[in-house]
Amino acid sequence: MTVVNYLKNMPAWSRWILYAVGGVVVLNVVQGFDNTSLLTAEGSSRAMLRWGVPILLAGLGGLYSERAGVVNIGLEGMMILGTWFGAWGALEFGPWWGVLIGALGGMLGGILHAVATVQFGVDHVISGVAINILGPGFARFMSSEIFAKRFKAQGGSITQSPRVPTVGRFTFPFLAGGKLGSWKTPDVLGWFEKKDWFFISDIAGIMRGLVSTMSWVTVIAVALVPFSAWLLWRTRFGLRLRICGERPGAGEAQGINVYFYKYVGVITSGFLAGLGGAFIASQELSSVYKEGQTTGRGFIGLAALIFGNWRPWGIFGGAMLFGYPFALRLQDLEGKASHSLLLVFAVAMFGIMIWALIRKNASDTILAACFGGGAVVWYLLAETPPDWWAAILPYVMVLVVLVFFTKRLRPPAADGQVYRKGEA
Amino acid sequence: MKNLPRKVALAAAAPLMALVFAVIASSIVLLLAGSNPLHAYRDMINNASKLETQIDILNRATPLFLSGIAAAIGFRMNLFNIGVEGQYLLAALVAAEVGGVIHLPAPIHVTVIFLVAMSVGAGYAGIAGALKVTRGISEVISTIMLNAIAISGLIVAGLKAWQAGGAVSGNVTRVGTTPIDKSGHIPNLNKLVEIFTRHIGRDRHLTGVFLVAIAVGIAYHVVVNRSRFGYDLRASGANPFAAQAGGVSPKRMIMTAMLLSGAVAGLVGMTEVMDAGLFPSNPIQSLGFAGIAVALLGRNSAIGAAIAALIFAFLDISSGVLQNTGSASREIIQIMQALIILAAVVAYQITQRIRDREETKAVSVAMPGATA
Repeated sequence: MTVVNYLKNMPAWSRWILYAVGGVVVLNVVQGFDNTSLLTAEGSSRAMLRWGVPILLAGLGGLYSERAGVVNIGLEGMMILGTWFGAWGALEFGPWWGVLIGALGGMLGGILHAVATVQFGVDHVISGVAINILGPGFARFMSSEIFAKRFKAQGGSITQSPRVPTVGRFTFPFLAGGKLGSWKTPDVLGWFEKKDWFFISDIAGIMRGLVSTMSWVTVIAVALVPFSAWLLWRTRFGLRLRICGERPGAGEAQGINVYFYKYVGVITSGFLAGLGGAFIASQELSSVYKEGQTTGRGFIGLAALIFGNWRPWGIFGGAMLFGYPFALRLQDLEGKASHSLLLVFAVAMFGIMIWALIRKNASDTILAACFGGGAVVWYLLAETPPDWWAAILPYVMVLVVLVFFTKRLRPPAADGQVYRKGEA
Repeated sequence: MKNLPRKVALAAAAPLMALVFAVIASSIVLLLAGSNPLHAYRDMINNASKLETQIDILNRATPLFLSGIAAAIGFRMNLFNIGVEGQYLLAALVAAEVGGVIHLPAPIHVTVIFLVAMSVGAGYAGIAGALKVTRGISEVISTIMLNAIAISGLIVAGLKAWQAGGAVSGNVTRVGTTPIDKSGHIPNLNKLVEIFTRHIGRDRHLTGVFLVAIAVGIAYHVVVNRSRFGYDLRASGANPFAAQAGGVSPKRMIMTAMLLSGAVAGLVGMTEVMDAGLFPSNPIQSLGFAGIAVALLGRNSAIGAAIAALIFAFLDISSGVLQNTGSASREIIQIMQALIILAAVVAYQITQRIRDREETKAVSVAMPGATA
């Protein structure tokens, strides 16, 4: 099949863009069919970015840790520490301090994980689980000591902080009409969006959602993607860090201090997860610290890491993909869009089915056909899916995506293995 | 076995170190928060010396122990079933509804409820097992996702569909699944306990599931340590390649371990279902995650898990009294539990290393040249 070969030979970035455009086309056709405009509305893409950011940050955190060979199940716990410290820092010292202190709070979890796994050689999953138990316990205790006492008058309690102040927002100049100094630049994408041309206006709307009125933290998070790609693949530091995840013994033979790089990887991981937590507690998503508000997004970050094949841009794609259903759920009060999403899901499954058929993979073909068929039947039978369907959609999506993608991935070779100096 | 006392000391040293560390660290936290740790500990111990509190502790230790054994079955072969949480809640929900709908004579009724719970738990865990053996998906991720799907999806949906509406227990109106007939309840063990002690007051009942937990513990101990299957399980955990060379199919072991783990997880919620006679709309959560902690602290052994479950149950129950006396905020308990776990896993690793070193030394003395 020449098409398949052509796709295979494309550079990864252009293939991803192609997939994204294909996805938008499907969303577009489906919503035309289903008489809604939520799937590709500007608000939806903006919400997708917003909900994708914590997943992205957790995923990037996982990247630094797992590239250094340490599996980090504790991301969720570190993220919880980030939400608490982020809210507290913002209340106490101001919004930017909140961002920093939240990240540092997550870093505390990272340091614990690093000491346990690197220094003492504790099994990575066990240490991570312990941190996931510690995170919420610590947040609750500190809330009872601080939010429920010092901030009681402003509405703080054991499970919740008062309203958290937040950092400013940013709109791209020219693309979406942001300000340069005091000059309001033209809003190019907005102009296209208003033209109401089929597809082009939709694309413009989606793009505009991705480049306008976003938190500065979002800008930082997205900028971290190319930065991480550069740092880990284009610098000596990155090469050494990745050696620790592939063949730590070889690194040791070259005179690299493997422990040092593992420490740096895991502690960075905690820092990024904490940043993601601080973001969750910021105005972009909730404006408040609340118990249980991370809802497993640290774990979904791990899933994005796996989906992205342990690469920064792949993680970005995974974070947007998994952030989308979260975002849609909030935009979609009548359950209409999640009904349409069933059809999108079916189209995606049939796409995978054809793909698997070409590659002569019988089990994938059958599985995808079953999933797709099931979604179509559900779509036709139900006017709107039950409300819990929207709640579990992100997690179902993670599982389905992993079902079809896991076997084609390559994790770092020594990922999860306990390394002791001098034993290799 | 001339080193037996030393071996026992090494085995006990780690959890004791962990406990001491956790107590010291929590005391520091309490001091920083402006509470007197000695008062807090005194209140906790005073409270635990009452018979009724001890019944509470046993009632809490029972599901914790079962949950710990469920996690330990997986841990024994390096399989991380993080999904006990979702498995037990889903199993309890379905079993309670089935038990409420059917009407049977007592022993069969109870048996059916327990069997349904075990099969639902096993089935749900089996999904993660199947995903691992057929698609290579890490069971850590899949069980976590399945937890979220069960808790925010399936249980919400099930409760909505099966809500009996205003079943009254005590003074509180509780809503949950269809109430189970008297024939589906297992008797509490108060009569048994009162043979040895005074009358149990304050409306406390020692759950009958306690005996089930003991049976599961004994079965676990015998199967893991004394059976062919247990040997294969431990061998796959220690060295999957060697086990495979010895004829143990890793896929079959993963699937079996996952199903067994899920089946035991299914029993975790039975304490509450049997006590309430239905699955309440606000069930006790987090027992699954606590079970992982129990398994870790108990080093995956039945006795260890029993002791760990008692410690955790004691701490859980103590959080109430701290609240009442006001000597410390009750949230310190969660910190203590987490600190115990962290300290314990590190301490176990250290003693393990000491043991390994001594073993190597012993081998090199017995067989010069065997170790490089």
